[in-house]
Amino acid sequence: MSDKQITKPVKAMKVRYTRGETILHIVIVIICTLLSLAILLPMLNILFGAFSDPYDVMKHSGLFLYPINPTLYNFSLVFNNPSILTGYLNTIFVVVVGTGLNVLLSLIGAYVLSRKGARLVKFFTLMIVFTMYFQGGTIPSYIVVESLGLINSRWSMILPGAISTFNMIVMRTAMAQVPDSLPESAMIDGASHPQVLFRIMTPLCKATVAVIVLYYAVAHWNSWFSAFLYLRDKPKFPLQLILRQILFQEETNSMAAESLALDSEAVKYATIVVATVPILMVYPFLQKYFVKGVMVGAVKG
Amino acid sequence: MSVFNLSIYNSKNRLDNEITIRESFQMKKGKSGGNSEIMIREPLSKRIRKDWSKNRGLYFLFIPVLVYYIIFHYGPMAGLLISFQNYKPIKGVFGSKWVGLKNYKDFFNSYYFWRVLRNTLKISVTNLIFSFPMPIILALMINELRTKHFKKAVQTITYLPHFISIVVIMSMLSDLTSRNGAITTFLSHFGFEPVTMLQEQKYFLPLYIISGIWQNIGWNSIIYLSAIIGIDAQLYEAAKIDGAGKLRQLFSVTLPCLFPTIIIMFILQMGKMFNVGHEKILLMYNPLTYEVADVINTYVYREGLLNMNWSYSAAVGMFNSVVSFLLVWGTNKFSKKLSGSGLW
Repeated sequence: MSDKQITKPVKAMKVRYTRGETILHIVIVIICTLLSLAILLPMLNILFGAFSDPYDVMKHSGLFLYPINPTLYNFSLVFNNPSILTGYLNTIFVVVVGTGLNVLLSLIGAYVLSRKGARLVKFFTLMIVFTMYFQGGTIPSYIVVESLGLINSRWSMILPGAISTFNMIVMRTAMAQVPDSLPESAMIDGASHPQVLFRIMTPLCKATVAVIVLYYAVAHWNSWFSAFLYLRDKPKFPLQLILRQILFQEETNSMAAESLALDSEAVKYATIVVATVPILMVYPFLQKYFVKGVMVGAVKG
Repeated sequence: MSVFNLSIYNSKNRLDNEITIRESFQMKKGKSGGNSEIMIREPLSKRIRKDWSKNRGLYFLFIPVLVYYIIFHYGPMAGLLISFQNYKPIKGVFGSKWVGLKNYKDFFNSYYFWRVLRNTLKISVTNLIFSFPMPIILALMINELRTKHFKKAVQTITYLPHFISIVVIMSMLSDLTSRNGAITTFLSHFGFEPVTMLQEQKYFLPLYIISGIWQNIGWNSIIYLSAIIGIDAQLYEAAKIDGAGKLRQLFSVTLPCLFPTIIIMFILQMGKMFNVGHEKILLMYNPLTYEVADVINTYVYREGLLNMNWSYSAAVGMFNSVVSFLLVWGTNKFSKKLSGSGLW
């Protein structure tokens, strides 16, 4: 790397760069381009494969850089599969109800933990943070869920994860930044704690609420493991678990005809697109909120 | 009830935890000073009564959250007791026979102990070496990009895979690395023997690591990027005046300023050391690769829920939880001693 202090002025450039800096910049641009391609191409491969003719997909080897003989046939097969539709409905149920409960409980928890005056708050905090570092593990959790009678119930996808400690702490951090005088003056005017929480704190922390809503919703949309552990009946399966069965070819023999059609690579691609595009569509619009959430969380580690 | 809680609260009072670091730091002086004054004047019971009458509403509000944590977090912790039993679901926790440390001894003496321990450590150490620095490097590179739109595009694209479910990613991986998948075909131009890579033991670890980097490099870089942006520009100015080139600036300004962030992420990573992504491995491994892919958590899952060895697998899980906890605690202590920055 050149360490020249005085460099020749370059025409039409406000900032002066040394030759070494320019070379470094070019190298970085090349690496970033390659990395972006490496991330983008496998995704586009799925997308273009999904719109290609199934027979061409079977014959094709290598990545799809464009759809071959574009068709919507694969998608018609996907949407005719009843388990995809039930999966969609179950996932939507879990996303809506689960996220609602998540956010409600996280707001309550965050509000209480952000009140510094109360004596028990520090104990509560300690108790909750401890669970981040020490967990009971899969088997004892299973026994708890079982003893509550939640096995094979859709609530088993919602209740055991009703609060994500991390998200609650993100929320708490935001609430702790609201000046104390606001809730205090409301309390003096006779407001109760729930009123302060929902009328004052929540509107003031709108952006962070948006962030945790998104975090929870994405996590619910993509979750498969709790359903895999706790659910037995296929009509209750969320989309990701159906997806797992289709993609990893665990369809039962009784559904031979269906699985024959589903075996085709192109239909697999279309299934992935159907299951993934909704969540990816959400993302670009909300990117800045997501990023903000990470940063708020990062301050606390 | 509240007296009991309070005594715990007092005894743990000194343990400052990571959430309250900032706020408590600001209020500590005032609060502790005031506290000790009150402590002399009023007896404990009176203070409790005062606190209760003032904050009752707050505590009632907290009940649902408390109930959740007691049932779904402390319940399983108590459930770890079954690892000292010969647990039978019909008899329940109270009816099952106590067997002491038998399950632990069985685990430590079994063939699987070394296999899962070796695989767990191998996967997480490799992950630490290869995956951990990648987001830092990416953040440093993104920071150097000069075109705004290109920078934005790189960020958007690299963040994207974070939102794709692990089921989809694993199916993409198995598709790309199958006998005639795109990656296998590409590599075969360089004399690579075309095989279904996920069925080969030697490719498991590289595929696990690379797919992990693929999915998380962008997302994990956000934290570092925001830390880099937060560095005072004057530091760079001063370094430039002293004649520091880009490389010198990197090592003398950027990295030292990033260090606290890196340490925190490192400690968190250490905590996850024994919890290698078992959701991912469950989708990725198969009996052909168990020998190199089976980690503690996947073993717990198979023994507990497929073979119904409840107590035995709870013992394995307990081993896992305890070691993880000790690792976070130890790393934190070590880093505090070394650099003064830690989680708590």
